[in-house]
Amino acid sequence: MIVRVIAILLWLPFQAAAQGFAGLGTDAEGFAVPTPNPVFDFPQDHGAHPEYRIEWWYLTANLTGPDGTAYGVQWTLFRSALAPETRDGWSDPQIWFAHAALTSPDRHLVAERIARGGVGQAGVTVQPFAAWIDDWQMAGPSFEDMRLTARGTDFAYDLNLQATGPLVFHGDNGFSVKSAQGQASYYYSQPFFEVSGTLTLPDGNIPVTGTAWLDREWSSQPLAETQSGWDWFSLSFDTGDKLMGFLLREDTGAFFSSATWIAPDGTTTAYPDGAFSAQPLDWHSVAGRDVPIRWAVQLPDKGIDVTVTALNPDAWMALSIPYWEGPILIDGSHTGRGYLEMTGYE
Amino acid sequence: MIWTALTALLSHWRSNRLQFFAMVAGLALATALWSGVQAINAEARASYDAAAATLGEGQFDQLLPRSGDRMEQATYIDLRRAGWQVSPVLEGRLRTDDGPVRLVGLEPLTAPGTIAPVGMQEGTNLDDFLTRGVLFAAPDVADALTASLSQRVITDPSVAPGVALTDIGVVQTLLDAEAQLSRLILAPTQPMGLTDLASLAPELVRQPAQDTGADRLTDSFHLNLTAFGLLSFAVGIFIVHGTISLAFEQRRSMVRTLRALGVPLNLLIGLMISELILFALVAGGVGVALGYVIAAVLLPNVAATLQGLYGASVAGTLQLRPEWWLSGLAIAVLGTAFAASGALWKIAQMPLLASARPRAWAVASGETARRLGAVAGLLFVTGIGIAVWGQGLTLAFALLACLLIGAALILPLLLRSAVTLADRQARSAMWQWFWADTRQQVPGMSLALMALLLATAANVGVSTMVSSFRVTFVDFLDQRLAPELFIRIDDPAQSADVEAILLSEAREVLPLLSVETAITAVPTDLFGVRVGPTYRENWVFLDETADVWDRVEEGRATVVSEQLARRAGLWTDDPVTVAPGLTLPIAAIVADYGNPLGQALISETLFRSLYPDMQPLSFGIRTDDPSALRTLLTEDHGLPDTAITDQSRIKAFSLGVFERTFTVTGALNVLTLAVAAFAILMSLLTLASIRVPQLAPAWALGLTRRRLGQLELLRAVVLALVTTVLAIPLGLLLAWVLLSYVNVEAFGWKLPLYLFPGHYALLTLFALLAAALAALWPALRLARTPPSDLLKVFANDR
Repeated sequence: MIVRVIAILLWLPFQAAAQGFAGLGTDAEGFAVPTPNPVFDFPQDHGAHPEYRIEWWYLTANLTGPDGTAYGVQWTLFRSALAPETRDGWSDPQIWFAHAALTSPDRHLVAERIARGGVGQAGVTVQPFAAWIDDWQMAGPSFEDMRLTARGTDFAYDLNLQATGPLVFHGDNGFSVKSAQGQASYYYSQPFFEVSGTLTLPDGNIPVTGTAWLDREWSSQPLAETQSGWDWFSLSFDTGDKLMGFLLREDTGAFFSSATWIAPDGTTTAYPDGAFSAQPLDWHSVAGRDVPIRWAVQLPDKGIDVTVTALNPDAWMALSIPYWEGPILIDGSHTGRGYLEMTGYE
Repeated sequence: MIWTALTALLSHWRSNRLQFFAMVAGLALATALWSGVQAINAEARASYDAAAATLGEGQFDQLLPRSGDRMEQATYIDLRRAGWQVSPVLEGRLRTDDGPVRLVGLEPLTAPGTIAPVGMQEGTNLDDFLTRGVLFAAPDVADALTASLSQRVITDPSVAPGVALTDIGVVQTLLDAEAQLSRLILAPTQPMGLTDLASLAPELVRQPAQDTGADRLTDSFHLNLTAFGLLSFAVGIFIVHGTISLAFEQRRSMVRTLRALGVPLNLLIGLMISELILFALVAGGVGVALGYVIAAVLLPNVAATLQGLYGASVAGTLQLRPEWWLSGLAIAVLGTAFAASGALWKIAQMPLLASARPRAWAVASGETARRLGAVAGLLFVTGIGIAVWGQGLTLAFALLACLLIGAALILPLLLRSAVTLADRQARSAMWQWFWADTRQQVPGMSLALMALLLATAANVGVSTMVSSFRVTFVDFLDQRLAPELFIRIDDPAQSADVEAILLSEAREVLPLLSVETAITAVPTDLFGVRVGPTYRENWVFLDETADVWDRVEEGRATVVSEQLARRAGLWTDDPVTVAPGLTLPIAAIVADYGNPLGQALISETLFRSLYPDMQPLSFGIRTDDPSALRTLLTEDHGLPDTAITDQSRIKAFSLGVFERTFTVTGALNVLTLAVAAFAILMSLLTLASIRVPQLAPAWALGLTRRRLGQLELLRAVVLALVTTVLAIPLGLLLAWVLLSYVNVEAFGWKLPLYLFPGHYALLTLFALLAAALAALWPALRLARTPPSDLLKVFANDR
């Protein structure tokens, strides 16, 4: 999920202009760099790591309404540091921003927020846990028991999150490699949230239940210069197994892949480059570009050979930095639901 | 064939150089005035736009403190945490060695779209702006800031003059206003389901977009200028219309001949259009260049005017902006097209074998005059409708337009009536002929005379407004600047000592306590006054209740300025909240001309209880011997001489600011009158050649050429006199509309109308002089017409 980093840095358009797309986030000057064999310290590590350039609290949820309609919800808080430190007041170099989305089969509503650190407008505290920007927040007595809220001009949601399983660490115990050159991040997830709550759409409130997947990741130089975009999959099978897999696309057409298999009890199997694969099957034109909205996904080691299809092909995040992100339905060797994120499609 | 036909067409101008000159000069003059005014307007507007764009002024709703000029930053965080999309702004004055600079602190991440400094998009990155403190400064203050600050200063012409933009955190540090904000900008779209602002932040008031006042104030001035620009252009178009009509009349025979020789009509029309476009472009180009000169000469005055009147800054340099030179060229071409369309239509309709004889140009047609009069009547009725039911600045100007155009259109009818009246009084045959001939001339000269009418009326109207303003303003200064001396000190710590000294030496001491605040969201200066004989005796109110000063002195009432009262929709006896928790009835309304801010007065005691830390830094002093007191204060008490100002100097300064205000208007008046005179000259010159056949019989009957010339001159002066006499009431009407409609709409106060008969007499004289000067040369030419030319009329009798 480190692949999402480009969104963060591109979000600030001046940096995009200055550096171009692929080179973003490749420079770790002055910032700490992830090293292998991390030892995490919770709940402290649920909080911010200002000595690293980028970090996020990234939640996606697959929900169902009373009539069986499928919905998707995204809530993401990003931290992007201009310098590896924090200061009180407006001179704090930490910048926070957030994306929220609510997707139904025929609607995709989005909103974004941006704020400076140091003045209380946005931030993360660990005990009790709270991650917030303006009135959007993910907070509760603990990381396992939280309330999630966000709203835009035409939608809102208010969801309760209860963790029913352990944290899951990707890569080598949370050290997740992103390229053949060795770029890496710290990456763990809580994929076992049970969700209940209310969605507010322009036509009214809808009570929903479902599951959510929360990603935590931080790094300073996650991408290689030659990487131009990514496709990230989080799949929750009806068997209770889960799969996280991504492709980092190279300029040359080659790609770097990585995956984590998560058993229902939370035990993981990490897969190196090449084990996980995905091929576009159907393309859809959205916001003036073609994006694959049906994929063939394989992880032969676990007998996974499925087709994933976007619930709403128009789940385009038309924000300051645009990308595609939305719920997917799984069919084939296994069935289930999940989320797909795609960037770098011009 | 094209080339030959074109040569033939152009040969007309070679043999009629005067006509050519009239056309090009008229067009160039019209374009010059138009584009000069546009240049000034465009320049000034660009400055405001920069200011508005950089400050978010006017574009967005804002939240201001209900009282005072600062709010807590915590309020901003609370509103954001409640979901409101607001962006903080902190502004204030920073003292530098070269004077104060207005610092504006923004939060670029939350600021709505367009309000960040333009320069930020080029070169500097946001990192520096956010964390290191970069200031984007207007060119006029960049050096002063560079000298006095350690932060990096980038010169950015898109920043409003006198202003520097930087991050909110930097301004908080520089102004020593930690965790303080001035206001919040509300994003145009807000999330759904927000809690009411009034319950979240009752200490803030929401100020709707476009209501900062400065826009409308300066808009009035620009509208005024634009009206002058259009007026002068209209005058120029009269000239061009006349010239082109005549030239085409005279070329009828040439057109017939060319067509008879086989040149297709379409080609001929095409050639004529190209010819005119070429002339229009050349004349327009000359006009734009002249306009640039006019603007360059007037611009420092305009800048001074706006700054003095409204506190709005305009950079004193002129840039060649495409919008005004393009508009200048476009209007030259369009004006020519408008002026020539009728003539071209006639040529196109002319049968091939029609008589090519130039028709008598000035056909005395009462029908046309009556038709124009009917249109004028319609315009007047519309104007009355607007005056009775209309509201708003645009409608006020529409009323002006109805008045002016209506008056211009009714002019030929009135002139004809006046001449007919005179004709009836005439006893001798010569005078009967004179009046009949004058009536014959009215249609031919009516365009030029309309120009004169508009120019004179505008002159009368604007002069009346300016002079009325001036009389009122001087009275107002006398009232406000009653104390003979003013003392200004820098150090608040000295305040009490200075006051003690003054009290021991002077008859009455008036400490000036004031604070910038907002009352019912109107930016206002709140004054604490020591009520004494000076206030009781000198202050004149627009409206008052009983015992004004007693009630103010006891802290039971307040006095507010007319601007504040009108903008807040309050009047005497209405309660107004002047400070948090302090609501007082309005005891009186006082005029406060030329001040865009509101004013409210409360007693010194009350003021000091509200702002215990505030020390007066200025004192007004009443004394019978100002110069002795001045000497005493400087020599015995060691006050610096520069700290003391006497009333006459302040008055002179205030009057100086005011005088500059209307210099521009005056200059444009003179130019407009000059263009009108040029119009008269050109119509007379063009009429002269046609009129030879009409004058020849009079000559043959015994009138000498000299006498004929005198009569020509007299005729022009008589027509100009009638026009000017009509222009004076029109001008007064114009002034009345300006003072009681436009001024209230634009400025928020009404001005009394004063009449200045001497001034109007002088104007009439100028207008007659202009007309006489314009008629002199044609009259001289007539007086020197060779008898042979007059005889030829009979020899060639057609």
